[in-house]
Amino acid sequence: MTKTLIALALLAASPAAAEPLRIATEGAFPPFSEINANGEVVGFDIDIAKALCAKMERECEIIAMDWDGIIPGLVNDKYDAIVASMSITEERKQTVDFTNPYYSNYLVLLAKKGSGLTVDGIAQQAVGAQRASISSSWAEEQVGARGDLRLYDTLTASFTDLEAGRIDSIVSDYFPALDWLKDHPDFEVVGDRIDIGDQIGIAVRKDDAELRDALNVALEGIVADGTYGQISTGYFGTDIH
Amino acid sequence: MELLGFGAEGWGDDLLRGAALTVQLAVVSLAIGLTFGMVLALAKLSRFAPLRWLAQGYTLFIRGVPEFLILLLAFFGTEKAVAAGAALLGLEGGIEVPKFAAAVGGLSAIFAAYGCEVIRGAWLAVPNGQIEAGHSVGLSRWQIFYRIRLPQLWRIALPGLGNLWLVMLKDTSLAAVLAIDELLRVAKVAGEVTRQPLMFLLAAGAIYLLLTAISDKMRASFEARANRGMAR
Amino acid sequence: MSLYQDLKYAISDGVCYAAQGVTPEGFAAYCPRYIDGFLVTLELLLLSSALGLSIGTLVAVARVSRQRALRTAAWAWSYVFRGTPLLVQLWIVYYGLGSLGPEKLGILWPFFKSGWAVGLAVLTINTSAYIAEILRGGIGTLPPGQLEAALSCGMSRGMAMRRILLPQAFRVAWPAYGNELILLMKGSALVSTITVMDLMGQTRSVFARGYSLETYMYSAVLYALLALLLTAGLRAVEKRLRVA
Repeated sequence: MTKTLIALALLAASPAAAEPLRIATEGAFPPFSEINANGEVVGFDIDIAKALCAKMERECEIIAMDWDGIIPGLVNDKYDAIVASMSITEERKQTVDFTNPYYSNYLVLLAKKGSGLTVDGIAQQAVGAQRASISSSWAEEQVGARGDLRLYDTLTASFTDLEAGRIDSIVSDYFPALDWLKDHPDFEVVGDRIDIGDQIGIAVRKDDAELRDALNVALEGIVADGTYGQISTGYFGTDIH
Repeated sequence: MELLGFGAEGWGDDLLRGAALTVQLAVVSLAIGLTFGMVLALAKLSRFAPLRWLAQGYTLFIRGVPEFLILLLAFFGTEKAVAAGAALLGLEGGIEVPKFAAAVGGLSAIFAAYGCEVIRGAWLAVPNGQIEAGHSVGLSRWQIFYRIRLPQLWRIALPGLGNLWLVMLKDTSLAAVLAIDELLRVAKVAGEVTRQPLMFLLAAGAIYLLLTAISDKMRASFEARANRGMAR
Repeated sequence: MSLYQDLKYAISDGVCYAAQGVTPEGFAAYCPRYIDGFLVTLELLLLSSALGLSIGTLVAVARVSRQRALRTAAWAWSYVFRGTPLLVQLWIVYYGLGSLGPEKLGILWPFFKSGWAVGLAVLTINTSAYIAEILRGGIGTLPPGQLEAALSCGMSRGMAMRRILLPQAFRVAWPAYGNELILLMKGSALVSTITVMDLMGQTRSVFARGYSLETYMYSAVLYALLALLLTAGLRAVEKRLRVA
């Protein structure tokens, strides 16, 4: 009798398959994720997440998180996966697992047109980046721990400060920068885009190999059936996979 | 100005929903913080020294550390603590502490640390003679607490607790940094989307001011109620 | 880099060198960052408390002024800055007013450009509102006969305020001022949300590297240590005030 009770309790504790998959994204990283005028999170990452859920035939719940706490939230089971243009890094791999990459990222330095800045010279001026991002760790390496590196809770906030002239340049991810430059013709990419071999993947908990494998299969699926290309072309005019 | 309206394009309704969440956060934290504060106050009044030291250490720590840091610790830490506790009880994973609960945990932990001092002070302010009088007419300890101590404790502690409530109401804004959609976070997002940050942040400021003004009025009427029958 | 900046770096390198071996590994690895941040926090605290005390005193005096307009203005100052969260004030000035940009802000731009300057100004204004309220309470406890006596001795109102009322109000208000100083120190952590690399800003940067809760604990210990130091210092002053 006791044994049956324990078994029942265990059954109740393990999540039923019908439960929606909880996916975290950010909401301040246009065009990958942003909040629209109706207060909904929209963007490339959200569309990809939804396509993956459709492929896996699972219901999905999209949760907007702040970037700073997005990995701790996953580890602590607030959601099951992060689809938020997250770079696959060795540091993060110690805490979470990643799927195969779903696109490649580059970094760029953005500054006002005609600023005369160079990528090598960023240590000499005020440079911005998003806190806890691949951009900020790259920038930190360049300017050193005591350089004038300003960290922002969102990429959007760093764009705003660049526009206002509070900082001379920012280190940003490539595609959001292109998207922003469309409405800000006074600014430009300084030099070439910076290839740091950055691959973007979906993060899952370390003990959740099952979900990781399912997502990988689904990812292959949406690339093969053209869904991915369609979504990508809608945002970037090209397939970024 | 239309942006502050209530339609699909306006953010007025979102701001109000944010304000409602702010009030919820504060009210729930007040209830839990007050209870915990009472326990801490009793610990500080205890005859058992280690209990007193424990309570003392706790208040010293909380009062010396930024509220922002405590909220971050609560946010990133409670889950680890809960998971560890669950593991001790033999439960496996999957215990979720939502963002809201973590923020409530942090806010009430702060409230309790300050509140227990107010409660302790009020406890000691009830004259010993009254307690002795209670004993001598044959009241039980519980009756003495409930009939003599509590009504007066409440009256003496109210102004102090009222202040702490105002402090906590304002501290709820820190939850914005934890991506909880309370008033300030809604205002920040609205400001970024519409590129009118000044207007929305000012609107949020005005709503906070309104909330504190209402609280002040309510405190005054509570105090008047608690003081009824007292000579001035 | 300025001499002052170099000096701060030298101090934190020195502290970290001395603390090697006696501090936990997780702290030692990022020690200069914590201490750099600690010094920024200390600097903001010292400046804003000194400036806030001066402004707060003026506001308190205005609150008991005979001029109604002045009284109302001083009341509004305290009411608005005490009635809204510090974080909201910081964001209104940095993200809100700052968004007007250099064209509209003109000569004020260098101020709005700097997160540090905005942080210092908002902390100063915020604490001045609380100090004014504390001092006003202190003045309120003094018997009205004192002012009358001073006036009848031929003192001007200003002189009576400076020589008779304020010194006593300060003595009465000192413990409450001590509390406010600790609250100011804790509030200063919020400047990290407007890009200032104070102790909290550095802590959040270090946290982003490994997501280890330890990071926050080390920072909490440093803040608590600062609070203890402040409390001890305030007590010492309080004792002298009592003797005087």
